[in-house]
Order: sequence, then C-alpha cells, then structure tokens
Amino acid sequence: MDMDLDAHLTDAAAAVADASDLDALSVVDTDLLGKKSLLATVRSQLGEMEPDRRKEVGRRVNEVRTGIERLVAQRRAELAAGARAGVLEAERLDLTEFDLGRRLGHRHVVTQTWERLEDLFVGMGYTVAEGPEIEDEWHNFGALNFPPDHPARDMYDTLYVDYGEPQSTLLRTHTSPVQIRVMEEQEPPIYSIMPGRVFRSDTADSTHMPVFHQIEGLVVDRGITFGDLAGTLEAFTTAYFGSGFTSRLRPSYFPFTEPSAEFDIRRPDGSWLELAGCGMVHPNVLASCGLDPEEWSGFAFGFGLDRLALMRHGIDDLRELFRNDHRFLEQF
Amino acid sequence: MKVLLSWLRDFAPIEGEPGQIGDQLSDLGLAVEEMSMLGEGLDGIVVARVLDLRPHPDADRIQLVDVDAGDGEALQICCGAFNMSVGDLVPLATLGTVMPGGMEIARRKMRGEWSNGMLCSPTEVGLGDDAEGILLLDRGSSPGAALTEALDLGSDVLYDLEVNPNRPDAMSVAGVARDLAARQGVPFAIPEPDAAESGDPATGRVAVEILDPGLCGRFGLRVLDGVSVGTSPRWLSNRLTALGQRPINSVVDASNYVMLELGQPNHTYDLGRVAGGAFRIRRAAEGEVIETLDGVERTLTAADGVIADGDDIAIGIAGIMGAANTEIGDGTTSVALEMAWWDPISISASARRLGLRSEASARFERGCDPEVVDLAMRRFAELLAPAGATLAPDLVDARGDLPARATIRVRTGRVNAVLGTDLDRDRIAEVLRSIEFGAEPVGGDLDVDIPSFRPDGSTEIDVIEEVARVHGYGRIGRTVPRSTLTGHLTPSQVDRRTVRSTMSGLGLDEVMPVPFLAPGDLEAAGLAADGITVTNPLVAEESVMRASLRPGILKTLAYNASHRLTGLGLFEVGHVYRQPATEQPLPDEREYLAVALAGHEAGGAVAVWSALSDALAARDYSLVAESVPGLHPSRTARIDVAGIPVGHVGEIDPGVLEAYGVAERVAWLEVDLDTLLGLPHGDKPYRGLSRYPSSDIDLAFEVDEGTPADAVGRCLRESAGDLLVDLSLFDVYRGDAVGEGRRSLAFALRLQATDRTLTDAEVAELRQRCIDAVQGSLPATLRG
Repeated sequence: MDMDLDAHLTDAAAAVADASDLDALSVVDTDLLGKKSLLATVRSQLGEMEPDRRKEVGRRVNEVRTGIERLVAQRRAELAAGARAGVLEAERLDLTEFDLGRRLGHRHVVTQTWERLEDLFVGMGYTVAEGPEIEDEWHNFGALNFPPDHPARDMYDTLYVDYGEPQSTLLRTHTSPVQIRVMEEQEPPIYSIMPGRVFRSDTADSTHMPVFHQIEGLVVDRGITFGDLAGTLEAFTTAYFGSGFTSRLRPSYFPFTEPSAEFDIRRPDGSWLELAGCGMVHPNVLASCGLDPEEWSGFAFGFGLDRLALMRHGIDDLRELFRNDHRFLEQF
Repeated sequence: MKVLLSWLRDFAPIEGEPGQIGDQLSDLGLAVEEMSMLGEGLDGIVVARVLDLRPHPDADRIQLVDVDAGDGEALQICCGAFNMSVGDLVPLATLGTVMPGGMEIARRKMRGEWSNGMLCSPTEVGLGDDAEGILLLDRGSSPGAALTEALDLGSDVLYDLEVNPNRPDAMSVAGVARDLAARQGVPFAIPEPDAAESGDPATGRVAVEILDPGLCGRFGLRVLDGVSVGTSPRWLSNRLTALGQRPINSVVDASNYVMLELGQPNHTYDLGRVAGGAFRIRRAAEGEVIETLDGVERTLTAADGVIADGDDIAIGIAGIMGAANTEIGDGTTSVALEMAWWDPISISASARRLGLRSEASARFERGCDPEVVDLAMRRFAELLAPAGATLAPDLVDARGDLPARATIRVRTGRVNAVLGTDLDRDRIAEVLRSIEFGAEPVGGDLDVDIPSFRPDGSTEIDVIEEVARVHGYGRIGRTVPRSTLTGHLTPSQVDRRTVRSTMSGLGLDEVMPVPFLAPGDLEAAGLAADGITVTNPLVAEESVMRASLRPGILKTLAYNASHRLTGLGLFEVGHVYRQPATEQPLPDEREYLAVALAGHEAGGAVAVWSALSDALAARDYSLVAESVPGLHPSRTARIDVAGIPVGHVGEIDPGVLEAYGVAERVAWLEVDLDTLLGLPHGDKPYRGLSRYPSSDIDLAFEVDEGTPADAVGRCLRESAGDLLVDLSLFDVYRGDAVGEGRRSLAFALRLQATDRTLTDAEVAELRQRCIDAVQGSLPATLRG
C-alpha cells in the first residue's frame, strides 16, 4: 500500500502537469481528490486496519493528499496566468494609431506677450489699468501737454472719427491717455501699467500697421526720480529679456514727459535696439490731473508690445499678427 | 539733419574716433541714424570722358558707352543710365575696384556685350542721394585723374542725426557742434564772418513794415550789390552735396549753406523788381493768387502770410517760398536778402495746406533763433564775396511779436529731486554755461537765462532736462522705487484670462483681426449700418469702426478657406464701438467675446457657452429662442444671465455666410463681456457630499417642438428640489413613435439626501411629483 501511494503521487504529478487548461485540470482534480479517487478509497478502508497500521497509512494519505493539492493549486495558478495573458494579448493596441495630433487652442501671440508683461509688472507691485480705444482730444493730447495746433501733434498720424465736434474724438494714438484717466480717478501713489490697442494713420507694411499694441507704465509717488525710471527699466530688461541684456536711456522729446528719454536695450551680441519712449511726468500733466508737481513726481514709459512678440518668436512681418492665418496662429 | 565732421570742426576742435563721436551725439539726444565714411573706397575711380553712346543691340534698358579713361583708348562700358552726352566727364570705376558697398568691379558680358568697368551715380561714390543718373563732373577735370582729386574729396565722416522737434538749434551744423563741444569740454565759437561793407547803405533803398506782428517776429533785410549768378566753389558744393542738397548756383547754394550751417532759412529778391524797395508783411487776402518760384500759381487764404511790395503785390509766401515776380536771374545785380522769424504755427499750417514742406519750413515750424539774423546775413555775404558781391552798409530790420524770454529760477534741490542726483549749484551752472545758457548764482540756486536759439526752454523743468542731457543720462544712478502697493489684476482682468484659457482649452484659436471695416461690411453681416466712421481713413477698407466682432471673424474664415484651411474653431476678445443710445462724451465701447465654429451646427456653440458659464461660475442663465438679424432665424437663442441679456448663441445666417464667401455652416457665440462680468458670477459655495446612497430615475416626456428642453428641465429641478443632485438630458428622440412635430426628451435624475437613505416610497413620491409638475405646467406627456 505504501508503494502504491508513492507511485500514486508520482502519477498524480504527471497527470496535473499534463492538464493543458483549467477545464482539464478540473477533471484531473476530481480524479485525484474526488470521492471516487484512489485516496478516497484508501481512506474508506482505514477503519478496517490495525490501529498502528491505520495511523501510519492515515498519515501517509494526508501527506499525499496535501502534496497533490499543492500541485493542483500551482498548476491552476500557472494556467490562469496563461489564460489571462492570452486575453490581454488579444487586446493589443498600436498606440501610435491614436496619436492624432490633437491640440489645444492657442491664445494669440500678442495676448501671450501682453499677459507675460502684466505678470512681470504685477510682480513688481503694479496694477493694470485700461481705457477706451476711441478717445477724446483732451485725454489723447490736451492733458498730455500738447497745446492746440502744436507741431508735436504731427508726430502722431492721428485718425479721427465722426463723433461730436470735428476732430474732438479720435482713435487713441498711444496708451498715454490712460495715464490721465488713472490720475483723474485715483489718488497717488500710482504704480500701474496700461496695455492696449492704439491706432495711427499708417499704411500696413512689415513694420507698420494702422492698429497695433502698446504698454504704458506710470508711477506717481512722493520722491520719484529719473534714477528710479532708469532703474525700473533696467530691472524690467533683465527680468523680461534675461541677464545678458542691459539698457540705456538717451535724451528724447515727448510733450508729456520732461526730461524725456528713449529706452534702448543692448542685446548679448552688443547691438542696441530702441524699445521705448519714457521720461519724468511733465509738471503740466500732473497739474492738469489736479496733482501738485511740488508734492508728487512720477515717471512714465511706453513701448510697442507687438514688437516684443515678433522678437520672441523671430517673426519678420508685423502684418502676420493681424492676418490670422491659421497656419500662423497654431504655431504659438 | 546731416552733419559732416569737418564742418563741425569749423566751430570746435572736436576730438575722438568717428564711432565714439557718434555715441556722444546719440547720448546728447541727437541719435545717429547712420554714419558714413566719405572719400573711402574711391581709389579705383577715375575721371573718364564720354566718346560715343550707342544703343545696346539686345537690351533697351542699358546702352553702350565708349569712354576715354586717360590713355586715349576707347573703353566700352554697359550703362543703365542715359543722362550723359558725348564729351561729358563721368566717374569710372575701373576693373578691380572694390566699391564702398563691397562690390568688386570685374570685366563681364551684359547681354552679349563686354563692360569694362562701371560709370557711377552720385550715390555710388557717396555723394548725395541721387542714384538715378551718372554723376557729371566739371569740364575742368582731366580724364584719368583720380575722382577724389577731381572733386577735392577729402576723407570725412557724415552723420545722419534724428533731431527731436524741441531742438531747432540742432537743425544746424553749428548747433550740433555746440552740444558736442559741451560734452567734450572743448571751446566752441562761431567764427566772425569776414564781410566788408561798401556802397550805398541799404537804408533808403529798402524798407520793412510789419503789418501783422503776430505773423512775423522779426524781418531783417540787407542789400548785396554786384551779385552775379555763377557756380559755387568746389568745397562748398561738396558740403552741400554731402548733406543732401543739390548744388544749383552760387546764390542758391550760399542760401542753403547758411541755412544748414546756422539754421537760418533765408530768401533773396531781385531788388530791381521789388516795387519801391518796400517789404510789407501781412496776411494774404482770401483767394489772393501768387506764382511761386516753382512756376505754380497758388491760391492763398487769410491764414497764410505774404511779403508784399510797394504796390501791395505779393512777392513771397511767408516762410514757404518766394514768388516768380522777384526771382533773381542773369540780369540781377542788386539782391535784397531776407532773414526772418515767422510764427511757427502759421508756417506749419501754411506749409501743410499748400503741400510745400521744405527744409526752410521745417526750421521755421520748430522755431528759429531770432538773434542769429545779423551774423547769418554777414556769413551769406562772406560766401558770395569771392564772386564779387559786396555788402551794402546797414541792416534794415523790423520786429513784431517774439516769444518773451524770462529769467528762470532753477533750484538746486529741485534739480536733484527730479533727477535723483547729488549735483551742487556750481556743477549745474557749469553744465548750463557749456551750452551757452546764462547761470547766475542766487544763494544756493541759479537764475538761468535761456539763449535765443532754444525756444523750447521756458520753465525750470526745461532747464533740468538740459542739465540731465549734458551731464549725461548714463551718469545718473539707477534706483528702483519700492511700491507700497500690492500688484494685482482686477477681478475682470482675471476673468478675461479665464475666458481666453477656457476657449483655448476647448481647442479654439484666438484671432485678432483689425477693428476697421469697409462700408457695407456691417450691413452684409445683418447689422445696423450706423457704425462709427473714421474721418480721415487712408483707404475705404478702414473707414468704419466695427460695431460687432462678426464681420472680422467672417472675413478671417473666408481668408483661411481661400488657403484651404476649413473647419476652424476661432475666438476673439476685443472692443466694439457703437453709437450710444443717449448722448455721451464718447461712443459706447465694450469688450466682447465671439466664437465661430466652422463646419459645426448651433449645438457646438451652446457647448462652448456652457463650458464658459461653468468656468466663470455664471450658473443662473437661460437660453431663450430669439430671432436676431444676421444669425440663423430658427437656430439662435439669447443668453440671459440673472435675467439680463448678455449675448447670443446659435449659427450665422446662411445668407450672411454667402455674402462673406464662407461655404461652411458656422456655429456662433457672442457675449458682451462687460455686461456678463458685471453680473453675479464666480461664486462657488461648497455643497456637502452625502454619505448616503443615491437613487436614479429616468423620465421621458413627449413634447412638441415649441417646448424647450430647458423648460422641462427647469420644471423637474423645481419639483425635485434639494434632493435632486444631478439632472441630465440623455436622449432626444424624433420619429414615428412620437409623431410629426413632436419629440421625446429623456432625463436622468439622481436623487440623494444628505441625512438619510431615501426610501423607495420617497423616491416614488418624488417621481410622481415631477411627472405631475411637468404634465401640469407644460404641454408634455410622460412616455410609457
């Protein structure tokens, strides 16, 4: 009987290994461990044996049974893993089929530049102010110290609109009128930037458009100096363009600032680029906004926003910004 | 303003390398736009005589020229200019010459004919702006001579300066030299002209009467006798040429030379032709006609100024141009030389109206130096003296209204407060005196006299700017003011960013069409034709301001479709301009969002709105079917937020699409952002999450097409109350089962309480309540 059980375990191991799928294993399982199995038969015969013998055979049957159970469990795990792998293999996908170039929409490159500048100046403690694009003559010129009929108005090719008295209403030629609106509406201290759309009577070419964008800056506080203007623009230069860039101010002329300056940046290759007009807010401008120039002083600067967008992306034609060709829009 | 380094050195011993001097000019506010080295690279260019001119057998635009370059041989050149004749002397760039622009001259065939060099235009040899014809040289030169010798061209540096409108003094070579000398700390002086006086005094021969003192601040006359019109000396015509003035004759050249050198425009009259020798300055009579020097008859207005003679005949337009009737010519012997100061605003208006803007009017407009007249007159006489002209004694002079010049108190403390510097009184005085400002100490401050050549200076801040400019902007220390405020965007600015990021997140691309429209664009888009019009548009396409974003986006779609770019989803955020409902100082200008989905039906636009309302938390809205001109009549709804209309959603009217040449359907959304963002939104209160199970029920109702799904949804929401945590319309069925003109709307409701598990009985009761409410208030029946 001992020999039979040993042989049975060997046979069982072979039968379990031969089971090729879970169904076959189930049949083998029943054959080896079920009610009609050899082990069940031997167990049923135990009662007829001598106590010593019964004890010996009983222990041996349990050992064989445990062994077979372990073999079946192992084999079942093997077969289940194989079956699962088969199912998963059948689900195989070529993921490159799904790379359809799905894309987000794109904010306009001018918007991106606009927001980048806003973020930079907000970080320096500035707020963002806005004003109407169709302006009155007073805010665009008069309050900015352009006397009526002054030749300095010729610096701006102004587009007027038919509204109110002739030449009383115009498409703002710069964002500077927003300076006036801010000073009219708000007590100093003022630390604001004013991005916006401006207009000139210009024929479109690669560097001119009848409509374009500027960003204006205005600081009015006690004790603001020309040195503060220079320092602020230098800080802006480094923050916006990077540490390889520096700046300089050169004397210039604007009716609404004095001293006035051009703001140039120096590229890492040593070349200069004229970027902005700026200066100390003219005492007449402060006075026209009801501020005492002896108490308050300030600086202002303004530069072309579109050109910064062109520079960042190496775009060589200003008109492209306004043509809205989808092949252009989706690049940024 | 162009200046030559050699000319600057007539007034001050300017030092330094050309580039360094250029930097100093820029730093003084006289930005160098271009710097050119003259007389360099001309080594291989010689004088050649034209021997023969023949048509090119095979080309119209070039001709064959035989020249003698000094060896007596005929050398064939192909040349694209036709302004020379046989016998003319011209510059020839010989083979091997490297031109100033870098081009090397080589023997080559042009259309089958050999060219053995190149004949040069004035521009090609660095003389003036004339690039059209070949430079014709004086007959006195000999073939083979170096061009530099023939033209007496030394090497020189030409600076082209950008002069700001407030710096009329820098519209002269002497004025530029004054600034540069101040910066370099070298002495500056305008040499005293050597002009001996002789003959009959001018007094008695000419008389000046200023009838309009507001027009003319000063009118000076001198008389020159023995004037013969000839050619100018080479050095003088070279300088004029370099500065862009074409030499004409000795008198005109002297006039231009004095203007360029000292900034004083001037005019010469044939004295014999001025009736009574009288010069009367008055406004023109309305409609007064004058024939100007250029042979054009011009009709004047009462705003123009004229100089009239003793018979009250106009002999010149003030500050603009002289008249033909007193033009000097071969018979002229005595000349009346005028140097005047005109009211800048009058001159500016006249020049603009007459279309006669000149070097002279540019100077008068900016404001000339009324006190340079005497010196400039004598300089003029000095220039013509070698040709035999003599200066009659006496300056006949009259004055009208000149700008008052006051002494200005300049506070040392104020200078430093504005500039952020620490300059003492004496340093400020030194800086000012270097540019010929008077500066007298008064305690710790200065009393400053502004020189007559600086009409821009009249206040303390003007003087402070001069101190900064001459001291050097670059020497002012840089500081950053500490804002005591917190930088931030306003809530609307943050919302606008949300709008844009939502749109781009939905895959839409932002466009930025110009806000100008052509006449008819608004009407073609179904909009009212009352757009704000531009008074002075350059082109008709830019003559109307947009009252809606619709035309611009439709044009953009059409443009892209013409490049086979279709199916685009675009959005724009921008201003529109409208006639206001009631009178107000400025037009009604507001910011709009517009969305166009080409190739999509209205539902696509509704989905965009619904995403936007979620992003902005503008949840209290309704869509109300409405017919709007320009939008699809049966596929458009008004968007009401909190009961206030904020825009429309739907599709563009196919007729409008046709008018704009858009072949696809276009789903459309337009939102008045100013209105929307002014309404309650953005509030996102927390709703506790229930820990109890939820129950789902589905309800389908049959309704007619006139009953909006939204109405059923609202009814369900109201009747289910707080227990309804989610409601969705999951199916819309049209077909035989419901019949023509009707549809079935299937809603899924999820019910849940925060404090208990709903019982079956509660759910059943709620379900019935919903059914009763819908059937009771709407023409709807529950579908079995």
